[in-house]
Amino acid sequence: MSTLVPRYSPRERANHWVIAITFILLAISGLALFHPAFYFLSHLLGGGTWNRILHPFIGVVLFISFAAFAVRLVPDNRITAADREWEKHLPKILRNEPVTLPKIGKYNIGQKYLFWSLVVLIPLLLVSGIVIWQPWFTPYFSIGLIRLAVVIHAVSAFLAILGIIIHIYSAIWTRGSIRAMTRGTVTAAWARHHHPAWYEEVSRR
Amino acid sequence: MALQSLDIKARSATTTPSPAARGAGPEVAKLIDISKCIGCKACQVACMEWNDLRDEIGHNVGVYDNPLDLTAQSWTVMRFSEVEVTPGRLEWLIRKDGCMHCADPGCLKACPSPGAIVQYANGMVDFHEENCIGCGYCLTGCPFNIPRLSKKDGKAYKCTLCSDRVAVGLEPACVKTCPTGAIVFGTKEDMIHHAEERIADLKSRGFQNAGLYDPPGVGGTHVMYVLQHADRPELYAGLPKDPGISPLVSLWKGVAKPLASLGLGLAVLAGFFHYVTAGPNEVEDEEKQS
Repeated sequence: MSTLVPRYSPRERANHWVIAITFILLAISGLALFHPAFYFLSHLLGGGTWNRILHPFIGVVLFISFAAFAVRLVPDNRITAADREWEKHLPKILRNEPVTLPKIGKYNIGQKYLFWSLVVLIPLLLVSGIVIWQPWFTPYFSIGLIRLAVVIHAVSAFLAILGIIIHIYSAIWTRGSIRAMTRGTVTAAWARHHHPAWYEEVSRR
Repeated sequence: MALQSLDIKARSATTTPSPAARGAGPEVAKLIDISKCIGCKACQVACMEWNDLRDEIGHNVGVYDNPLDLTAQSWTVMRFSEVEVTPGRLEWLIRKDGCMHCADPGCLKACPSPGAIVQYANGMVDFHEENCIGCGYCLTGCPFNIPRLSKKDGKAYKCTLCSDRVAVGLEPACVKTCPTGAIVFGTKEDMIHHAEERIADLKSRGFQNAGLYDPPGVGGTHVMYVLQHADRPELYAGLPKDPGISPLVSLWKGVAKPLASLGLGLAVLAGFFHYVTAGPNEVEDEEKQS
């Protein structure tokens, strides 16, 4: 076992898991109202009416915790030339083929795409969600805006869930990643292999 | 509540066929002849009485409309419009507003709760409030701005076309009470035939554009109007000229619904099969040593 490198503080881990738990609850309760095939999921939140009542409040919790998390992650998510170069090798990376990669920082291009997607989608979900939040806010909006909001909410949610499916799979696929969010550390070998520029930076500290 | 004597043709948020073994009877319709309406509001009272509805006492805002709008406790209201189609000749158009019972109901299409909205084989569209979750999607789907969420229980309500009366062979309460015969009820075929006679009569009296309001954009309706000015339905307190389910609602509860669900399912499967074919992305042993 090689030495361990700290990647996420306890505060960052707690913040991440608040987002993760609320996201899962939102996906479950949102899909329940999206397609009848998922309606059974509404029972997990106590039935259709509880599902409808709770979903928006959970959404507000997610928005606040995501905003707090995202603000801290912006500097590490600026896309660099090395990321663009790394992206070109993505098919080989996905096939586990040997490849010489540019030295990238704390996050790879895929992680950065997810980050920026959520930075756009989560505020869209909040705003469109407020427009369709019955019975508190919907009566204040025009029918045209409400109809636009339901479509924006559904499309944004679809893209966000798709992004999170990729995010979860990437964490499972890239062995040694999950402990970064459960224990806060990664092995030095993992850091050197996946995020060499970040590893060098951490080593210099 | 489900009415055993009425067969169900369509059910909200249900992808399998509704019970259809029994032969469907004829479609029914309510015909409202606006040229015969005197605005007495007896139909509003009959609706309150039969359905046991008591709205809050409102305020007089200087117009005859009372109550001013549909609510969860007022399933039908008279809407009064003063118009001059021919300049100098005032006409008082009084339209009994309420659910149109569309053949292609936007409320049912939008509803996410299985069985909260049903369409009977005879064409009537009914809300089963015990299954309603109060999301308000039916309000979003309706092209006529009819359903209302109750402040009391958070459920959506609208005209049932007196499904409980029709199920036992009675006509709707508003039809029963109308003193001028402006509201009639029967098979849709008979009502269209009756409307044609009324329209011919109106035309002979100088209403050249008299006609039947049975808008094809929603597949026709099971509440129809005889209009003196069928070329301009918007004169009648904004009755839409060509109503239809909004393209946004059709997108949301039409194509997007199965495609997005399929997309998410495929993404999960793609991950699983990638893992079992390409294998995990592990850090090489020699790198660990170095």
